[in-house]
Amino acid sequence: MAQNTRTVPAGTPTNVTQNHAKGGIGESTLRPDGTLKVTGEFAYSSDMWHEDMLWGQTLRSTVAHAEIVSIDISEAVAMSGVYAVLTYDDLPSEVKNYGLEIQDTPVLAHGKVRHHGEPVALVAADHPETARRAAAKIKIEYRELPVVTDEASALAPDAPLIHEGRDDHHSGHVPHPNIVHRQPIIRGDVAAARERADVIVEGEYVFGMQDQAFLGPESGLAVPAEDGGVDLYVATQWLHSDLKQIAPVLGLPEEKVRMTLSGVGGAFGGREDISMQIHACLLALRTGKPVKIVYNRFESFFGHVHRHPAKLHYEHGATKDGKLTHLKARIVLDGGAYASASPAVVGNASSLGAGPYVIDDVEIEAVALYTNNPPCGAMRGFGAVQACFAYEAQMDKLAAKLGMDPVEFRRMNAMEQGTVMPTGQVVDSPAPVAELLRRVKARPMPPERQWETAGEGADVRALPGGLSNTTHGEGVVRGVGYAVGIKNVGFSEGFDDYSTARVVLQVINGEPVAMVHTAMAEVGQGGVTVHAQIARTELGVTQVTIHPADTQVGSAGSTSASRQTYMTGGAVKNTCEAVREKVLEIGRRKNGSYHPAWATAELLLEGGKVVTDGGEVLATLADILEGEQPIDLELEFRHRPTVPFDLVTGQGDGHVQYTFAAHRAVVEVDTELGLVKVIELATAQDVGKALNMLSVVGQIQGGTTQGLGVAVMEEIIVDPKTAKVRNPSFTDYLIPTILDTPTIPVDVLELADPNAPYGLRGLGEAPTLSSTPAVLAAIRNATGLELNKTPVRPEALTGTL
Amino acid sequence: MRVNFTVNGRPQEADDVWEGESLLYVLRERMGLPGSKNACEQGECGSCTVRLDGVPVCSCLVAAGQVEGREVVTVEGLAEFAKDRAEHGAGHGGCASGACGTSLDEAKKWQARPTQDSQTGEGVELSPIQQAFIDAGAVQCGFCTPGLLIAADELLERQSDPSDQDIREALSGNLCRCTGYEKILDAVRLAAARQGEAV
Repeated sequence: MAQNTRTVPAGTPTNVTQNHAKGGIGESTLRPDGTLKVTGEFAYSSDMWHEDMLWGQTLRSTVAHAEIVSIDISEAVAMSGVYAVLTYDDLPSEVKNYGLEIQDTPVLAHGKVRHHGEPVALVAADHPETARRAAAKIKIEYRELPVVTDEASALAPDAPLIHEGRDDHHSGHVPHPNIVHRQPIIRGDVAAARERADVIVEGEYVFGMQDQAFLGPESGLAVPAEDGGVDLYVATQWLHSDLKQIAPVLGLPEEKVRMTLSGVGGAFGGREDISMQIHACLLALRTGKPVKIVYNRFESFFGHVHRHPAKLHYEHGATKDGKLTHLKARIVLDGGAYASASPAVVGNASSLGAGPYVIDDVEIEAVALYTNNPPCGAMRGFGAVQACFAYEAQMDKLAAKLGMDPVEFRRMNAMEQGTVMPTGQVVDSPAPVAELLRRVKARPMPPERQWETAGEGADVRALPGGLSNTTHGEGVVRGVGYAVGIKNVGFSEGFDDYSTARVVLQVINGEPVAMVHTAMAEVGQGGVTVHAQIARTELGVTQVTIHPADTQVGSAGSTSASRQTYMTGGAVKNTCEAVREKVLEIGRRKNGSYHPAWATAELLLEGGKVVTDGGEVLATLADILEGEQPIDLELEFRHRPTVPFDLVTGQGDGHVQYTFAAHRAVVEVDTELGLVKVIELATAQDVGKALNMLSVVGQIQGGTTQGLGVAVMEEIIVDPKTAKVRNPSFTDYLIPTILDTPTIPVDVLELADPNAPYGLRGLGEAPTLSSTPAVLAAIRNATGLELNKTPVRPEALTGTL
Repeated sequence: MRVNFTVNGRPQEADDVWEGESLLYVLRERMGLPGSKNACEQGECGSCTVRLDGVPVCSCLVAAGQVEGREVVTVEGLAEFAKDRAEHGAGHGGCASGACGTSLDEAKKWQARPTQDSQTGEGVELSPIQQAFIDAGAVQCGFCTPGLLIAADELLERQSDPSDQDIREALSGNLCRCTGYEKILDAVRLAAARQGEAV
């Protein structure tokens, strides 16, 4: 069994509260929602039910790029059990589009569809099957238009413009209207540095379209309210961002759209964009009845954005003694038909495109295209994933060309605290890149030939192909590969990325109880666990209740960008500190005259009491708060400010925090059939401070597995001729099963970042970066093949493409 | 049509069932038992796994009419099902003999209990596999959890001390997107170990 290890090296900065609260930070407390989740009682967004509710259904385009000549809803409307059929003409307000950054996405298609599966009409009916059949009776006549599917077709002289008459804050600086956003990063003098290089390595890399494939499908319930507004229960990553986009389309003020988070069945970036939220509200307001929409898996593949597929061209140089000289890179991301988060993904891919290495002379260009492919936006790793796949392949190639060990070569060039990024930003907290690599390399190798049994024959379950019984070990070779990556934490480039927390402290039945109320989306990451831990630590109470997340409290920002524990955790900590000050104020007023320590000592809240830093008890919380109004505070928390990257040079302190992880992959490949079995994916990651080690390790293992998936099986396949999605199902879009997933030993470092709450480092995305290139490197090591594309399919290994 | 069947030891009937409805839909939308999940509705993910006459099946692939007169156990009934099995031995077949439900003696001893709490497990009696999932950190978003619990419980009923390969094989029909499965393996190992100690 893999042993996880945890290390706090001597002499590391720890500006961490020494806490002794039971169930406080640093402990692996269990999830408060665990019991509900294992008994089936936890209410996910698809579990909502309301008396008299209707079912909503979306009709989506069957073609990728077309003019809508006509829509005939008469047959659908006439069906028994159908309450409403809505098209673009039924939208109630002047605002008909939405979008995270650029409002270019129609709520319902108007005159044109730009990608396969675009919503065109909505139906509400009394049974989901009735709704489906009614939607099928809507007749739409399309006049198909030529499709734009890649860079060549997007930038061709006569290319159709995906968004004619674009007018957004990027349209002024992009070289072509089919480019959503372009970000160059230029530092030093690449031409001069190239002269100093003894070896130059070039590579062209292709990253396939990955899907978040969360298990809980897009779903929710909209209930019309008596005040003309609507109550929406939905799974999302950011309630307030949804609200900002929903209310204008409904023609309602934001206070009349009351949102409550219902149970979220995973997210991974796929719930940052609006899916069924507005549609459900439109149907509910039109019919005057509650409307539930639940996508099936097929529709879910059209219901959210995917990870940008990318083409990356990389050129690195190095000196004979193994020092990197320069990097020149071009990263082309396919953003699909609508902008979604493409601009920010471009910023990430370019600014992190050099990886966790010291390279003084850099030219990177990243662009995102508008095409007629499915829209792409946020997914765990957000632009850094695609870059990491390319630069890590390059590191192996350079090491091979120099005759050096790939890990040693990386360690020679690894960045550390004080390194200057290609953006000019100084990395001002620990960056243990070399140490993470050292740790994964030092781990003992998993035993060879694990399929061999004491008795006769092989345990085929331990072999590539498994119970298909395709080999007993003949043709099976082992390979080992390494990778390391760098990710930013939080929203970047000057975005005001604040978070809010409300904390109430009162005495109930003689016991102090804290309530934490935020709008944080709990998507499975364990924020609810950590908030209670923080409140226990800061307020010295045992009893903490977590108020359901809703829009009655200020924004918590998004559960994404590895930011939520940093930001909303920080907000909870911040507000708790203010609550503590209030407690001490009341204490001084009531008891100050009884003990000089009230005026002079550092006072703490521990074990339900006010104590001096010397451990002397001054009063109990219960006594202080007795007869007082509950202390009820709501405060915002901000990380340090950032600035946008310069549009020409890419210079600027654009990121809040950096985070690092490394992987070692061990694979076994049946070279006869091209089947890959990953035996072990060891990982090491610096998390600054683990607030809850059980959750931390779970996050790292989950992120690692998503990286493994894209390495060997995951890809949304879009027909290059028609731009139609060919595999929108779990039958054809494969995610790793427990048989595909190896043992994942995790080594956690805790090198505090002095700028962050408790010194923590955002951790959710970093493991998704280096996992993929490590697996690719291991397969290359096993087979000797070049392999520059994800996912690696059997035909790529057997030369039968 | 009307369908009569037993769910978690209690006789149930569903009215106005359309012939194309799945058992999953009937459980979730007609019986008020949303614990069985709807992640793919095409038999690929295992999130809707229930036991039908003892056999783990994807309830999304079972037509409602097929369960006429049969017995279904869902995650909502897992704790009671496991308790019954512990008292009456494996192969007892759940609640067929009417041993499920509440006996008169038990009813007389009934007391109001505090709301449940993951931290301590107080206030709710879970099956060993459910408790192990919580303790091992095998629950993140939790959407795959009910199906995994049914499958893992059935494995431990068959095999008290499964190897890692056995666990992987038994759970290979259940997709999880959050955990990377490692903690799920931990949970099954933990439940098996605790079961071994209890014997």
